[in-house]
This record gives sequence, structure tokens and C-alpha cells, in this order.
Amino acid sequence: MEHVAQVVDPFIFRLSIFVLAVFVGYFVVWSVTPALHTPLMSVTNAISSVIVVGALLAGGVANVSSGSGWARGFGFVALVFACINIFGGFLVTQRMLAMYKKKAK
Amino acid sequence: MNANLSALLYLVAGVLFILSLRGLSSPATSRRGNLLGMIGMAIAVATTLANHPPADGLAWLLVIVGIAIGAAIGAVIARRVPMTSMPELVAAFHSLVGMAAVLVAAGAFYAPEAFDIGTPGNIHTQSLVEMSLGVAIGALTFTGSVIAFLKLSARMSGAPIILPARHLINIALAVALVACIIGLVVTGSAVFFWLNVILALALGVLMIIPIGGADMPVVISMLNSYSGWAAAGIGFTLGNSALIITGALVGSSGAILSYIMCHAMNRSFISVILGGFGGETAAAGGGTGEQKPAKLGSADDAAFIMKNASKVIIVPGYGMAVAQAQHALREMADILKKEGVEVKYAIHPVAGRMPGHMNVLLAEANVPYDEVFELEDINSEFAQADIAFVIGANDVTNPAAEEDKTSPIYGMPVLQVWKAGTVMFIKRSLASGYAGIDNPLFYRDNTMMLLGDAKKVTENIVKAM
Repeated sequence: MEHVAQVVDPFIFRLSIFVLAVFVGYFVVWSVTPALHTPLMSVTNAISSVIVVGALLAGGVANVSSGSGWARGFGFVALVFACINIFGGFLVTQRMLAMYKKKAK
Repeated sequence: MNANLSALLYLVAGVLFILSLRGLSSPATSRRGNLLGMIGMAIAVATTLANHPPADGLAWLLVIVGIAIGAAIGAVIARRVPMTSMPELVAAFHSLVGMAAVLVAAGAFYAPEAFDIGTPGNIHTQSLVEMSLGVAIGALTFTGSVIAFLKLSARMSGAPIILPARHLINIALAVALVACIIGLVVTGSAVFFWLNVILALALGVLMIIPIGGADMPVVISMLNSYSGWAAAGIGFTLGNSALIITGALVGSSGAILSYIMCHAMNRSFISVILGGFGGETAAAGGGTGEQKPAKLGSADDAAFIMKNASKVIIVPGYGMAVAQAQHALREMADILKKEGVEVKYAIHPVAGRMPGHMNVLLAEANVPYDEVFELEDINSEFAQADIAFVIGANDVTNPAAEEDKTSPIYGMPVLQVWKAGTVMFIKRSLASGYAGIDNPLFYRDNTMMLLGDAKKVTENIVKAM
């Protein structure tokens, strides 16, 4: 058998990561205390903006054709949106979390 | 940079994002969690820039300027936004994620070689499938979130907008959307790509406009979930594990929050999506309230009774936040605690306009989080409490949810405030609540109504003490 090169489509690897991450997300989010559900939403907002990696690829593409010009434009706007979300999301979460205090004494 | 090394770094970023959510299991670890999230994001961005640096000087300039603009706007918003406006801020952020997903997909469509998914006009079929799903969900998230933002910020009426034959229209749109996705995958044509975007944008609007204001906590959680799935879709196109992991995390997070919110309102997810709740019942509940006698009290009465109590449970609702009464409320609680009265706060999951909103508002008013309890943890304690102090809440204390089978909210879990010795209600009037349902508690013998603005009444009580 080992003589036959069995190549698994990279899609399957990605799908495996995805499915496992859904389960990780399920268990991690159930353990979040209800008192922190609002910060949970704002921080999930911030991290889902890791889509910025796509914006960086599109915005930095070599300018060789009219298509790549368009890609740069789309990438730039996506980059601005994602960065608003990243900075806004993490900072507002930080501001909220700083307010949670225990009883004095 | 080596492709394997960058893939590993993306994995590290994904793991850091998981840890940032894990940190939220308690307020004590949450701040470190948020920091880990930021580090994860920095790693992801640095890896991308190192592995695929912008092609020329202009591209570098675009990237730097784009980050700077986004950072400046984001930082200003994060610093300025009042905590009462968190729901609309989160809705606005969701719309940005949705739009970013659409734009990134558009970028990938026009410059596929930069994403290693083929050449223009000849993109791999599999990538087209992933891309079109990401685009459709992203566009739907964008317009849906914009509508949710408009409703939450009261720039648009919270009342459901019911179009005739809306289910037929939605089904027709959904079918057309699927047809366009298939068309895009088969032909790879730009026309189908943009038709796909337009149809999904329209569907997003039509899906959210029939949903009433009372159901907004579910909608905002649902859109949270969608923004995650959109990100995951793009993650598949890019073959980026950080994006796939994050999309999956956010998607399941939003889904769980939607479930919790639906459960707290005893509504099925399907009935929320179908919409129309909170409109018709408002007319029915309005007229009947005025005739029945309710016992009215003054701030002095309330101050006297509370000072002599041994246990007071405060039940805050969104009305408290609107009146900005949380600081006066905390002052009142401080005085009571000095007098030796045990003070606790009881929070219903849908007390605010989004999950956990009320906890943030109390935390902002310096209420320690270990005095704040969730519904299931405190409901048994009302029977031992002398006073339930309800401020700006209504529907979440309505005994009809447990006693009246004909009530529209029958079966919804509520805070059993009526079991306390005395129930004090601070309310503007005897009118029905957000869901438009009359509350029989107002007319009971052990209820004292304190009519007026929540902040003024609380301040008067503080003075009287």
C-alpha cells in the first residue's frame, strides 16, 4: 500500500480544522459566564476581523491588470473596515472588562 | 517566509483566539484573554505581511494608510461609545465584518493569482463554491446588521414591517440566490458574482425588517453567528487556518447566544425568524390597565420600608439604563448596605437589549459583579427577601408567564419578584411593557408603585434615606 501515493485534498484538512473548531467553540462558549456575554460579542467581533489577512492579500496585489486594480480597491476598503473592527472591538472589550470589579474589602 | 512556518503561525493565532474566549469564563481572567486575542491578531497580520508583502511602494502605502484610518476610527469609537449603545455598536461591527467578507471575496475574484486559487476567469471550482457561500452570508450579514443597527439606535421604528407575501418573496429570493451561486460556480462569470451579492443584500433586509424590537437580542446574536460563518467561508477560499478556526468559533458562539436568548423568551428560533412579534399585541394590552386600582407609594415610604428591611433584591431592566439611573441606584444600595441591609441584584437574560448588557451597565456604575446574580441562581431567594425593587423592568417580572395560559409570554422564565414581602415598581406609568403585555403584578396587594422617572425617583429615595 505504501507505494501508492494517497494524496488527501487540502480541503479535507481545512474541513477537519473547521469541524473541530466548531466543537471547541461550542464548549468554550458554554463556559463563558452570562455576565460577560456582551464582551463575548464584542471580542468575537474583533477576532472575526482576522479576515484582514484576506484584505491585506487583495490590497497588496501586484498591479498588472485592470483586475488587480479592482482587487486593490476592494482590499483597501475591506482593510479599513476590518481595522475599525479590530481596534474598536478589542478596545471596547478592554474598556468593558476594566469595569468589572469585585466587592471592595 | 516558508509556507509551513506561516501556516503554523496562523495556527498559533487561532489557538490564541480560542484562549481569548476561554478567558471570559470569569471576570478575573477575562482581561488577560483579551490581551491574548490582540497578540493573536498581531501575529496573523505580521505573518501575512511577511509571507505576502505588498507588491510595490504604492501597495505598502495603501496598506499602511488603510490600517491607520481603521485604527483611528476604531479607537475613537471604542473610547466614546456610551455603554447603553453597545447593542447598536455591536450590530454596526457585524455589518463591517459582513462587508469586509464580501470585499475580500471580490478582491479574490478579480485577482485570484494573489490568493493561489487560479487565474482570472479560470478560478478553481472548489474555490468558487467557498467564495460564493462566503459572499452570500457576508452580504446578508451586512444589510441585516444595518437594519438591526437602525432599529436598535431608534433611527428606524422597532415595530415589525410586514410585507404582503413576504415568505414567498423570501423563498423566491433564496431560490434565485442558490441559482446564482450555481451559475457562478459553473460559468465563473462576474455577472453572477454581483447578482449573488445583490440578492443576498436584499435578502438580508427582508429577513430582519419583520422582526420586532423585543426580539432584537436574538437577531443581534444570530448576526454574530452569520458574521462568523462568512469569515469561515472566506477562510476556506484563502486556505487560512486562523480564519477558519475563528469563523467556526464566532459562528458557534453566536448560535449559542441566540439559543440562550430564545430560551429566555420562551420563543422558538423559527418563530423569531418568521417575525411579526411585538406588533399586534401592543394594541390589545394598552386599554385595560387604567381602570384597575394600583397602590401608589412615595419615595419617603419606599426609603422607610427599605431601611427597615433585612434583604433587598434589586431587579434592573432596560428602563433603568434609558433613564441613566444606575449610579443613583448604586448610591441607594450603598446606603442600604451601610444600614446592614443585604442587597443583591437579579438579572434576567433579556434584561437589556443584548446578551449580558445589563451586567455591563451595572459594572459601569461600580456595582461589584459578585453582587449580581443570574435568574436561575437567585429565583429561589425572592421568597426570603423583604423587598423586590424593580426598576425599569416589566415583562421579565410578569407572573402571567407562569399563571396565565392565554398570555403571549406564557412559559417564559421570569423573575419571581411577587414572592418577596413587598414589590416596589419604579415605572413611568402603568402602561404595558416592551412586549406590549399588561402586568397583573401592578394591582396586587403587596405591590407598591413608584411612578416617575427611574433616576428622579431613585434620587428622591436616596435623599429620603
